Amino acid sequence: MQPFTYERPADVAAALAAIGKPGAKFLGGGTNLLDLMKVDAETPQHLVDVSRLPLAQISDEEGGLRIGATVTNSDLAGDPRVRERYPVLSRAVLNGASGQLRNQATTGGNLLQRTRCYYFYDPSMPCNKRVPGSGCSALKGYNRIHAVLGASDACIAVHPSDMAVALAVLDAEVEVQSASGQRRIKIADFHRLPEAAPEKDTILGNGELITAVILPPAPPGGQIYRKVRDRASYDFALVSVAAVVETEGDRIRSARIAMGGVAHKPWRAFEAERRLAGAVLSDDAFAAAGEAAVKGAVGRGHNDFKIPLAARTVARALTDAAAQKKA
Amino acid sequence: MRNTSVTRRGLFGGGAALGATLQSGSALAQSPPPGAGAPPVDVSLKVNGAQHELRLDPRTTLLDALREHLALTGTKKGCDHGQCGACTVLIDGIRKNSCLNLALSCDDLEITTIEGLGREEALHPVQTAFVEHDGFQCGFCTPGQICSAVGMLAELKRGLPSAVTPELAAAAMEVAETEVRERMSGNICRCAAYPNIVAAILDAAGKA
Repeated sequence: MQPFTYERPADVAAALAAIGKPGAKFLGGGTNLLDLMKVDAETPQHLVDVSRLPLAQISDEEGGLRIGATVTNSDLAGDPRVRERYPVLSRAVLNGASGQLRNQATTGGNLLQRTRCYYFYDPSMPCNKRVPGSGCSALKGYNRIHAVLGASDACIAVHPSDMAVALAVLDAEVEVQSASGQRRIKIADFHRLPEAAPEKDTILGNGELITAVILPPAPPGGQIYRKVRDRASYDFALVSVAAVVETEGDRIRSARIAMGGVAHKPWRAFEAERRLAGAVLSDDAFAAAGEAAVKGAVGRGHNDFKIPLAARTVARALTDAAAQKKA
Repeated sequence: MRNTSVTRRGLFGGGAALGATLQSGSALAQSPPPGAGAPPVDVSLKVNGAQHELRLDPRTTLLDALREHLALTGTKKGCDHGQCGACTVLIDGIRKNSCLNLALSCDDLEITTIEGLGREEALHPVQTAFVEHDGFQCGFCTPGQICSAVGMLAELKRGLPSAVTPELAAAAMEVAETEVRERMSGNICRCAAYPNIVAAILDAAGKA
């Protein structure tokens, strides 16, 4: 690990002032940043520990919920309002990491975690995300866990978060603050596709701090999070799907689909959603939506299996969401 | 380190430093040699009820502070990346991986390690259950398993759900084998003593 200096400011204003120091980085729960620092994939010169900022509350806001940035994954998944009104979010968080990690990882940090691409973690290998311009080792390397949608020749990494997939299907917003003010970013716009600059995971500017995630009122209909992984617990998604389906009689009134494990960001399948609106409830409709959700997907060899797997997981999640009792 | 006498740990530490020096020509050895870090800083750690004043390199993890500076070697270093759970301790009663916490981040917090859970003549109920059910083979993962189980049972009592909880909105959680297995998935046992670990935890659930 490279040497660094450390400070733990008491409030947001002090944290925003501290982040201006050379090579400074915010430290939340640290479950990912510290891990990356140990392998020299991250080399901050100064750590601004924001884990004890007074941002650990979940409060009712505008018919939805405001989740403070330092609310831990455990506290988020266990909140009675989240369990009752946003079960897809609670389920997604509970399907990620381990009990110990969820007790430490924060809401803001979860959004900012880096890819688990093994070449990103290995400083002896080229990686455009770690060292811009050095090349992508995964393109012609072992790419079983990599992206099938929205990738570029510069990077085929996937975003590893389960939580962010649920936030995408719920149309959450990310509240950020900097020395120059506050803004809200739609979750769909928050994470980037790799294009020619995979070193940037998000659209956050220098010195911007996530202060909260805002959930709009819960969408009507059944909510499902379905995750497919190599082990039954404590593993990253090969493919995951967050689905919300509202039915009326024998028809689908509306549907929302977000996928994880397939792209550089949580992937909303808007075209598949449009096709489902007003369609007759049927296995065929859900199967077709699954196919539409992976339209344009490109396999890189070892990850070819993800394309049919994603289509089927979408169909299954939609089926289960439609079958749920409506609140 | 304050202890200047020759110890097994001291010899191992010296050996590791020598290894790092020999490797320093390779592309893999990107960490600076020992001693080249940022200036040490004062840290106050409260471990098992006792206050300790330490002067540490800022890079020191809670795990290394416990093992190398406080000689509390019950907490084990397995993977050092939060994947195996051998380093699990309780921080303010909540189970966490000590390898993924900087010691600096832990001042003012109550840290409980396996050494603080029970005493030889008065074991913690979870420790007793592990002994009774033979919940280990080589024993390396056991302190982490036990600390994790203590934290996990408290989470069950507080009504926190898990990925396998059938009714997410239910107020009370059932202590079932499926729940224990899912909730303990952050603790790996390479001897695969899982059946006995689960049995021990289920037994202790009534007593813990």
